[in-house]
Amino acid sequence: MVDLAVQIGNLKFKNPVSTASGCFGYGYEYEDFMDVNRLGAIFVKGTTGSNREGNPYPRMAETPSGMLNSVGLQNKGVDYFISDIYPKIKDYDSHIIVNVSGSTIEEYVEVAEKLNELEKIPAIELNISCPNVKEGGMVFGTHCPSAIEVTRSVRKAFAKTMIVKLSPNVTSIHEFAKAVEGAGADAISLINTLLGIAINAKTRKPVLSTVTGGLSGPAVKPVALRMVWQAYHSVKIPIVGMGGIMNATDAIEFILAGATAVQIGTANFIDPAVSMKVLDGIESYCLENGFSDVNDLIGALET
Amino acid sequence: MRKRVEDFTIINNRQVNSEYYILDIQSDDDLPELLPGQFAELRVDGSNTVFLRRPISFYDVDYNNRTISLLIQEVGKGTRQLAGAVPGDILNMIYPLGNSFSSEGVTRALLIGGGVGVAPLLFLGKTLKSNKVDVNFLLGFRNRDFLVDVDKFEACGNVFITTDDGTFGEKGTVLDHMLIKTGLKEYDKIYTCGPQVMMKAVALLAEKENTDCEASLENTMACGFGACLCCIQKTIHGNLRVCVEGPVFNTKEIIW
Ligand SMILES: Cc1cc2nc3c(=O)[nH]c(=O)nc-3n(C[C@H](O)[C@H](O)[C@H](O)COP(=O)(O)OP(=O)(O)OC[C@H]3O[C@@H](n4cnc5c(N)ncnc54)[C@H](O)[C@@H]3O)c2cc1C
Ligand SMILES: Cc1cc2nc3c(=O)[nH]c(=O)nc-3n(C[C@H](O)[C@H](O)[C@H](O)COP(=O)(O)O)c2cc1C
Ligand code: FES
Repeated sequence: MVDLAVQIGNLKFKNPVSTASGCFGYGYEYEDFMDVNRLGAIFVKGTTGSNREGNPYPRMAETPSGMLNSVGLQNKGVDYFISDIYPKIKDYDSHIIVNVSGSTIEEYVEVAEKLNELEKIPAIELNISCPNVKEGGMVFGTHCPSAIEVTRSVRKAFAKTMIVKLSPNVTSIHEFAKAVEGAGADAISLINTLLGIAINAKTRKPVLSTVTGGLSGPAVKPVALRMVWQAYHSVKIPIVGMGGIMNATDAIEFILAGATAVQIGTANFIDPAVSMKVLDGIESYCLENGFSDVNDLIGALET
Repeated sequence: MRKRVEDFTIINNRQVNSEYYILDIQSDDDLPELLPGQFAELRVDGSNTVFLRRPISFYDVDYNNRTISLLIQEVGKGTRQLAGAVPGDILNMIYPLGNSFSSEGVTRALLIGGGVGVAPLLFLGKTLKSNKVDVNFLLGFRNRDFLVDVDKFEACGNVFITTDDGTFGEKGTVLDHMLIKTGLKEYDKIYTCGPQVMMKAVALLAEKENTDCEASLENTMACGFGACLCCIQKTIHGNLRVCVEGPVFNTKEIIW
């Protein structure tokens, strides 16, 4: 038997495997393919103060070993989440963690305050790193004083576990990791998508309606691993690592680099049951390598 | 209907012309009920440049032999890789995905397809015929070499054909055909699949004639089962997912 439970702030995850915001819908989209109750946590789609239609089509471009998206936080807003979605997912045996997004500090605070009232939402992931909305989003995640201000403000409004999701589109990730730790984050998660462009040479036009979009998938993994490793060496709070995880080995690499838990995003589109394979694979890795507790792998990179 | 991920075995790969081919694939188990308009997400193995799955419609379904046929046009790296499939190869698919064409109360239907857009119309035509609907096809192809399985379409109903260069049927596109110019009101339902400009033109004509019209859209997809919101179509109900609320939409709902 391997002990797979990990601790994120005050919250115990029964295992380190979770699914990334925007890539797993609200969980029920995957019920045909797997038992979503086995996940440590489900990070649901970015949720804003009111309804958002997102960006115009096309919003997706396949790229070498990855994809660009510019969905732009399409969601029906926090009130709809509470009235229509929450009742359907609150009884999952996995933690439901809402990805909180906004254009203004007031919007972030409003969403967090409303979610704070929901018994079965034990944590939020503060998304200060969305590259696909005009105002807000990444602005908060790439400007240190703004990152501190939004983290502080939401901290006052949300009493449970607050994970702050960092943008990789910065020069010094450790500065941001430290800054949000100081501003009251219980944990950090990274990476969100990397800003990129896809061009159609035939038409001489960008593929995405928004020109730029966020890169995800295996193409970003080395960058993500490096950022998790740098963050691990600069903060004391736990790290939820992600970026290009396709299998258990990738997930273990993130844990070795310093992640306490991992999120799987884009890989779900290709294999909708991949998260279960990652979970089983982590357990076998521990067994085969003589680890009785997955926590012994965290940051165990030998340098 | 429960979605599943399954390994099919390729039992035949038939080249139709320089760009189109038909894969017949077989399941080890009985097929679930599949509906016309639905599609599958195909994993493209053996390519180091194709990352995502590729959505392809059901072209024909044979429950007795547990086989599905897929009509595919080679347009890029994924469809090129799949073109090399040989009998015995494995094809992994997520299916069945999407909604389907609706046929309630339909007695006389016109199915308008352009190019590889005829793919979902054969399965639809077969299904309509078995429901005693009077089925009529108007199919447009580039030239004589690009005609696809005309005999199979004829087995379901009347077939009218146009080719761009006039080497078969009437010269021009489906939009130049008499049937479209004067006859749409004789049908109680129009179904269309093909290039977006064609579908849009058909939709506008159908609207003018007050004939109900459904179009099957082909937006690019990442997941195919509703999780990523990449495939959206602007509609009167807001942005809807082509992979879940579609691919078939009543054209009155579409904001083109
Ligand atoms: C629901 C649905 C059903 C479909 N059914 C069929 C079918 O039965 N038979 C069939 O041949 N095709 C069908 N398609 C289209 C098919 O999925 C694409 O042609 C295919 O994904 C292209 O992959 P590729 O790797 O060969 O091309 P890529 O290398 O990815 O792209 C090559 C070129 O094709 C363009 N392209 C790629 N995908 C699309 C698309 N979806 N729409 C418009 N342009 C595109 C790209 O912009 C690029 O210029 C369907 C699409 C959808 C969404
Ligand atoms: C289609 C799509 C939508 C996404 N939407 C969100 C979102 O709403 N909020 C967020 O914080 N991250 C979002 N992300 C980023 C992912 O959660 C994740 O950080 C990123 O994709 C890297 O992980 P991956 O390579 O495993 O996908 C989205 C990613 C994709 C591909
Ligand atoms: S392709 Fe992912 S929601 Fe439609």
